[in-house]
Amino acid sequence: MSFVEYGDTIQEGDTAIVFLGHESMFPVKVQHGSKTQTKTQILYSTDISLITMMLELKPGSIVCESGTGSGSLSHAIIRTVAPTGHLYTVEFHQQRAEKAMEEFREHKVEHLVTVKNQDVCKNGFGVSNMADAVFLDIPSPWEAIGHAKSALKVEGGRFCSFSPCIEQVQRTCLALEEHGFTEINTLEILLRVYNVRTISLQIPDLGKAAEDNSNPGFDSSNQANQGVMCGSQQQGTAQFKSGVPLREMVGHTGYLTFATKSLS
Amino acid sequence: MFIGRRRRSAGGEAVRFAHCLSRNITPLPSVELLGGTPAHCGPPFPPMGARRETVGACAVRALAGRSTRVRLVLAAGSRSAHGGEHGAGRPYPRGGLRCAQARRGLQGGTDPEAEEIVQQLIENSTTFRDKTEFAQDKYIKKKKKKYEAVITIVKPSTRILSTMYYAREPGKINHLRYDTLAQMLTLGNIRAGNKMIVMETCAGLVLGAVMERMGGYGSIIQMYPQGGPVRAATSCFGFPASFFNSLYEFPLSKVDSLLSRTFSIETLPSESEDNIPAEEESNGSLDEKPASIQETEEESTTEATMEGNQTEEQETMDLAAEDTENKESKEKGNKENIREKQRKQQERRKKLVEAAALLKEKNADGLIVAGRFHPTPLLLSLLEFVAPSRPFVVYCQYREPLLECYTKLREKGGVINLKLSETWLRNYQVLPDRSHPKLTMSGGGGYLLSGITVVMDKGKSDAGRLEAQKTEEPTSKKRKLEELHS
Repeated sequence: MSFVEYGDTIQEGDTAIVFLGHESMFPVKVQHGSKTQTKTQILYSTDISLITMMLELKPGSIVCESGTGSGSLSHAIIRTVAPTGHLYTVEFHQQRAEKAMEEFREHKVEHLVTVKNQDVCKNGFGVSNMADAVFLDIPSPWEAIGHAKSALKVEGGRFCSFSPCIEQVQRTCLALEEHGFTEINTLEILLRVYNVRTISLQIPDLGKAAEDNSNPGFDSSNQANQGVMCGSQQQGTAQFKSGVPLREMVGHTGYLTFATKSLS
Repeated sequence: MFIGRRRRSAGGEAVRFAHCLSRNITPLPSVELLGGTPAHCGPPFPPMGARRETVGACAVRALAGRSTRVRLVLAAGSRSAHGGEHGAGRPYPRGGLRCAQARRGLQGGTDPEAEEIVQQLIENSTTFRDKTEFAQDKYIKKKKKKYEAVITIVKPSTRILSTMYYAREPGKINHLRYDTLAQMLTLGNIRAGNKMIVMETCAGLVLGAVMERMGGYGSIIQMYPQGGPVRAATSCFGFPASFFNSLYEFPLSKVDSLLSRTFSIETLPSESEDNIPAEEESNGSLDEKPASIQETEEESTTEATMEGNQTEEQETMDLAAEDTENKESKEKGNKENIREKQRKQQERRKKLVEAAALLKEKNADGLIVAGRFHPTPLLLSLLEFVAPSRPFVVYCQYREPLLECYTKLREKGGVINLKLSETWLRNYQVLPDRSHPKLTMSGGGGYLLSGITVVMDKGKSDAGRLEAQKTEEPTSKKRKLEELHS
């Protein structure tokens, strides 16, 4: 299965997504005669989209990333920069780096990515003056700003750091300023999902019904605000479609700090 | 593309410069340009021509890097508004606009000239001495900001253009916030090699974003309403010409005939002629004019917008007529013009046939819809052209049409993972021990409905419908109970 191409049919070895219902989708590996295995959902697609756009990624971009982690952002980056770009990803943990490499091979994108197993804060990305964009998702991003700067192209590029804590962001911003980055900007993005429901509300009986049985005055005057009112409503209720927010939602993933390296 | 009047955000200026670049404005030999600006008291931004050229020259210098800082000193003699404010004093030279040396990394520095202006303003101010220390600080800050503008020239990108459009001309892009656009690109799985269908009325911004993300690989079919495709923002991206080779357009009015297989190219000649002026407009030559029209659009209904489009067209036609009158003496050029026109028309027709063929294959890799049209009819028709197991995204400024669209799509079947969502975007002030969200945030960036197409079994679609109703009934009943209890 390739992550950079569509196929017409599902084949052995592919990962298929099984959709059971709303909020109930999971990947299944298509394998002959073996048990199916499930994996956890990929995180942060909302953050990934903002990162991709704000880093100005497009086909042909050269990107540096650390750490690789589960590789969900790596895959997103690879798919965006394919077919001519490249991702250099640095992961501190050896096992994770190996696992990521294995996954990239499996997804037929290994020609678009280089995985390095080293400490980005000490050893950098292993490239210099090459990258259009650098992304950091490490516990102490401020220690890697210098390496990020030297990895970026001479003519400049974009930088992004993802940190869950504001203290990390503060130190990162200070380091960015020290290294001459401009357009330093910290954002947070939240996804709000709405369930679409048909809702009926009862119309209170204020005694007017007796006078005007066929058409309650309340309902006609409010029709404009209420949106779509069902014609075949029960007496005394008003129906409408509504987007109902989830009872609980992700309230915080991390702060995204963006910056630009200008031509120096 | 001159959006807005005066410098405000670096983004805006940047785009302005970038656009000058893409339109090949002849660079001036020197950046130093003291324009002979008339002592003008009218509009706040009169020396348009002079400014544009200056800007062009700066931008050419800036081409070397991806972003360059330029100091632009505005001696604001052309604006009379503050004349009264300072009483007698306007000690700086009248008129003129000077773009000082294109220097880099000037952000923190001070400009002697601006400093001098501010100093003189303070001296001449009758109220300055009576102000408190804080007010004085504020006064100086304000004046400095006014007379000392540092501008960053950057290459245009989706990030720059979408932020700028949202900040300055949200009406033109149906209040599509940039993070919402980012979601669309990801949810729509836009990438190199795709065959995308794009239907948008966001000045071509969404189209440009899709083109950038595809990097010239694959093909895009832009569906357009009456009046031809609008690509004002698309032209600001500065894409190489090759990107446009794989960009097709197809009129919405022919979608039904294409779906019912009655589509034929014979019915088109008048249509394609209509497109000529509209496309000229879309290239950005008349950008300033539609601005006012579009603003009224925002408040009016779609019917009115169609009228607006027509007047636009008429204006362009009139202009075209004038042009030809001027050129009557040059018959040769005229003849060439006609030939050119015919050639273009033929090319357009050829592309239209190609677009129809591409759509007929019904194997598009995705559908992106954004704009001022009701999404339901668009989706019900356009999804027919999309292959199974492909994503689609619809943007709408309002939630209600998407609620209806959601219901209709569920009824029809052939789609899964329908999701209605919105994103919140918060900016932060980050300072040591003083970090917090900024005081204001955007109240809304529009809503998205996304989903994935699947193969639809004719027999099962009814079952799906039943199921949809079933799953919805209990919840609505439950909800009703909840409402009752609360």
